[in-house]
Amino acid sequence: MLTIENLHVAVDGRSILSGFDLDVGPGEVHAIMGPNGSGKSTLSYVLAGRDGYDVTAGRVQLDGQDLLAMAPEERAAAGLFLAFQYPVEIPGVANATFLRQSLNAVRKARGLDELDAMQFLKSARARMKLLGMTDEMLKRSVNTGFSGGEKKRNEVLQMTLLEPRLAILDETDSGLDVDALRIVADGVNGLRAPDRSFVVITHYQRLLDYIVPDRVHILARGRIVRSGGEDLAREVERTGYADYLAPAA
Amino acid sequence: MTAMAALPISTPIPAPIVTAVAGLGAPASLADGANGWRATALRRFAACGLPTRRLEAWKYTDLSSLQGIDFQPAAADLRLADDHPLPQLADQPGHRLVFADGVLQPALSACTPAAGLDVGRLADWLSAADAAAELGAAGEPSPMVALNAALASDGLRLSTAPGIAVDRPVELVFIGGLGEAATASHPRHRIELAAGSSATLIEVHAGGGDGCYLANHVGEITIGEHARLRHVIVQTEGATAYHIASRFVSVAADGRYEAFTLTASGRLTRNEVTVSLNGPGAACVLAGAYLLRDREHCDTTTIIEHRAPHTSCREVFKGVLDGASRGVFQGRIVVHRGAQKIDGHQLSKALLLSDAAEVDQKPELEIYADDVKCSHGAAAGQLDADELFYLRSRGIPEEQARRLLIEGFLVDVFDEVTDDAVRAALFAHARRWFAAPGGPQR
Ligand SMILES: Nc1ncnc2c1ncn2[C@@H]1O[C@H](COP(=O)(O)OP(=O)(O)O)[C@@H](O)[C@H]1O
Ligand SMILES: [Mg+2]
Repeated sequence: MLTIENLHVAVDGRSILSGFDLDVGPGEVHAIMGPNGSGKSTLSYVLAGRDGYDVTAGRVQLDGQDLLAMAPEERAAAGLFLAFQYPVEIPGVANATFLRQSLNAVRKARGLDELDAMQFLKSARARMKLLGMTDEMLKRSVNTGFSGGEKKRNEVLQMTLLEPRLAILDETDSGLDVDALRIVADGVNGLRAPDRSFVVITHYQRLLDYIVPDRVHILARGRIVRSGGEDLAREVERTGYADYLAPAA
Repeated sequence: MTAMAALPISTPIPAPIVTAVAGLGAPASLADGANGWRATALRRFAACGLPTRRLEAWKYTDLSSLQGIDFQPAAADLRLADDHPLPQLADQPGHRLVFADGVLQPALSACTPAAGLDVGRLADWLSAADAAAELGAAGEPSPMVALNAALASDGLRLSTAPGIAVDRPVELVFIGGLGEAATASHPRHRIELAAGSSATLIEVHAGGGDGCYLANHVGEITIGEHARLRHVIVQTEGATAYHIASRFVSVAADGRYEAFTLTASGRLTRNEVTVSLNGPGAACVLAGAYLLRDREHCDTTTIIEHRAPHTSCREVFKGVLDGASRGVFQGRIVVHRGAQKIDGHQLSKALLLSDAAEVDQKPELEIYADDVKCSHGAAAGQLDADELFYLRSRGIPEEQARRLLIEGFLVDVFDEVTDDAVRAALFAHARRWFAAPGGPQR
């Protein structure tokens, strides 16, 4: 479903990713762990199409399409979703307006009927209830004044509405208490399907108790330095990342 | 009846003065002479001529392009067809006066009499004995106001009786640029709210053809004790229109003036308002949005005079500038000696959509009292790249995402409009601007 080959990314002339490879099959959940500053968010932004990153080499394909050649909105339409580590606050734009325009833009691009205001509200409310969100969060400006936990729930809400083929969750667990973590994890698990894949970026093993990954990768020095099963996450939690930071002996 | 017939012509006036106003909408008959107060105003204008950028108040707005245009007054018998489409804002105004290039259109105007409300025309009153005293006495601090006094032929005269709440708005509709030739009009309005009364005045200014025109409005507004005026102004002037408005508002104790101006088109617009808060408890809210593209220019100049203690003013202006447009905000707040316990809040924000767009913002505080709470802020910026990316990453196409962000930038200034229906109508105008061909561009 997602194939990343030999990806090299630089920011302001500084190399962040160098020779990054990843292959995520349909229905799989892959976890990427790594120390702070190792390039996890850089990877997620490059996949989503944010400006300011120079891809100096490599290829990324989503369902056989050249992802890097597409505009951010085309990637979303093609089924890519990124839950931001730091969701952006947009004062003045009501969350409901944003969610509906987003959902309808994606539906239109996928050849589906657009939802009217009532249909949208029904759909959003049902999902919000599962995520423990109140109606009032539709009226507020996008992420503006939301607590850390509310922002992350709003990200998961968008994910459940947009029904992506491939969802990347960038530290969606950070800043969440255990109850919120469980709600968010339930949201993700409820979406798991044979034709939907996840890349879960996390700093801690904790989230992976709730969202059990098929593969765990360690990102350090610009590439994946080790891959394994879910046990690898527990091992890293014990030993830390220090071993991976120095060039391999 | 022609409007100019009401103008008693008498003393011959010197040729240089006639030359100074020629091409600015002066009637040909002016060369034969003018009576006392017109002549005084003419002399005052001729002495300074059109404002230039050397004048502090006109530093950022250049009227020199007016000089090359030969503006004539519209024919006094100019009549629009009875089914001429009318730009309008109010749903059910109690009164609607329609002017075409400054000439009243009786067939398109309608009035529902209301107790305690007196609505009339300047033209009907010009020949009255007190006209000379009143128009001649006006301070005429600016050349454009003097020009208006010299050439004004019509406009609104509105007054209320004490304690009357006028529930349906009075709407003025000005349609400009109807003819082939360049046309100038100098409408003059006088609004007087007696103590304890309230009213809503709506002005709609729109281009009605391709003709070039100058609309040089002057408004004199007096708000009595505990009286309240809501004033809504929408400007969707033609692409070659010059709109210059000078308003003078005086507010008595516990009176309130609330104005909202939406400028959505016009080659050059200048909205200047001077509010004098004369008694304790007098308050004003000045708010507005301007949406500019191409080479449009919009100047908002406000002068708030706190002349009494316990007076307050709130100003919020937001501009969206595309193309090579230019915005100006000059906000002066004067707190006079002894005017303690003053609340002043001023905010001016501009969103620049293109590299060629520019805004000049100049807050100016002059405070001669010590117990004063005044805040002011001015900011100019571009669309936020992170916000744009966030929206696009959710599948929203770039143009749509930009529109959403522009709306988000603007929306809260419309909260200053207290009437829900009027606010919705104004916002719909703003939306139309986004949807218009060519903009907002990248
Ligand atoms: N937009 C940017 N401008 C400059 N440096 C950046 C930018 N984005 C990321 N970096 C740098 O790239 C490196 C990787 O950052 P990031 O991808 O955020 O790491 P992680 O998410 O793993 O903590 C860091 O050294 C960070 O400072
Ligand atoms: Mg990160």
